[in-house]
Amino acid sequence: MPNLKDLKNRIASVKSTRKITKAMQMVAAAKLRRAQDAAEAARPYAERMQAVMSGLAQAVDASAGGPRLLSGSGKDDVHLLVVMTAERGLCGGFNSTIVRKARVAIDTLVAQGKTVKILTVGKKGREQLKRDHSARMIGHVDLSDVKRLGYADAARIATNVLDRFDAGEFDVATIFFNRFQSVISQIPTATQIVPAQFEAPAAGAEASGAQYDYEPSEEAVLEDLLPRGVATQIFTALLENAASEQGARMSAMDNATRNAGDMIERLTIEYNRSRQAVITNELIEIISGAEAL
Amino acid sequence: MAAKMQFDLVSPERRLASMAVDAVQIPAADGDMTAMADHAPLITTLRPGVLRVDGAESGAETAYFITGGFADVAGPAITVLAEQAMPASEVTADVMDGFISQARAAHDKLRDGDAGQPGLDAAAKLVADLEMAKSQLVG
Repeated sequence: MPNLKDLKNRIASVKSTRKITKAMQMVAAAKLRRAQDAAEAARPYAERMQAVMSGLAQAVDASAGGPRLLSGSGKDDVHLLVVMTAERGLCGGFNSTIVRKARVAIDTLVAQGKTVKILTVGKKGREQLKRDHSARMIGHVDLSDVKRLGYADAARIATNVLDRFDAGEFDVATIFFNRFQSVISQIPTATQIVPAQFEAPAAGAEASGAQYDYEPSEEAVLEDLLPRGVATQIFTALLENAASEQGARMSAMDNATRNAGDMIERLTIEYNRSRQAVITNELIEIISGAEAL
Repeated sequence: MAAKMQFDLVSPERRLASMAVDAVQIPAADGDMTAMADHAPLITTLRPGVLRVDGAESGAETAYFITGGFADVAGPAITVLAEQAMPASEVTADVMDGFISQARAAHDKLRDGDAGQPGLDAAAKLVADLEMAKSQLVG
């Protein structure tokens, strides 16, 4: 039977753990609201950008020899995977799900004989991938100093990626991130950003898109838009990721708080039982002592 | 009085304006242009400069500073997607100097590199555009 003092200490320690997880949950809830607002605010820009670009891409595609960001480098040999994870842990399976998806993609690509390069964003992803893929990692973007995600951060990553593309370091780039669905569900997602891919526009949009004038010219506008499109996609992914991280942390901490509560209950019962056993023992000793006299 | 048109100004981080206006003057790549209701559909890139709004409801901002992006003019509506944008009332000389020194550093870096860099003219134009915008906004 564990002694009473030990049990008391354990209860106290689990109680303070519960306080910490509860506080983390509430902080995550507040941050989640902010992250969701930011993602919401970024949506009109991203949607508009996509709409204009897909219209343009169709117009230019017809004339051969479009920009490289759209048509690709003509090869499919070297893949760059941009793996976006959190800077901090304690957020349930958030980081592992992204890394797992990236790992599956790496294995498939390697099995097909492609070369894979990895660019990590966020410390946790780098730590997990370093174990078996350290030879493939070509860079890391540190966002741990960033208090509030801004477009400038996305632009920095985009420049990094585009410079590598211009230098011919890779042919296809894909970003890995968690799409925010709800607090309890985040969907690991892979999106190809180079060469740019567009969803086919709705039939109505196509009809109106055909009559646009472009200034200075279709090609020049597209040339200007494509790098922005990459940055916008990265920005959207970063924001989705930030919201997902806080959502995942919130539900992980909620679970932890509940587990701590259960544990305290069990320990308290055990504590009371052993306390009663000690009292009973003492009584038996006293009574049998009195009887012996 | 001409019909009003819907004007939206969005940056990647937020929506700055969404209102009915008479006309919008935008710093298009090839020169300033003004769009009114029922303008022919047009997509144009923008250079850094000042965007002015005519006939906005009272109390709304009538001038914005934008650092490039593009505009989508389509009949009854104009949407400006700016890389960075801020109301002119928030622009101070310090803010503009920050942008200008950044652009100038990029320009100098190109100039000091190999001769005949393709982006040099564009970088020089960027500096000039920013200085022009500064003189328009803060004098």
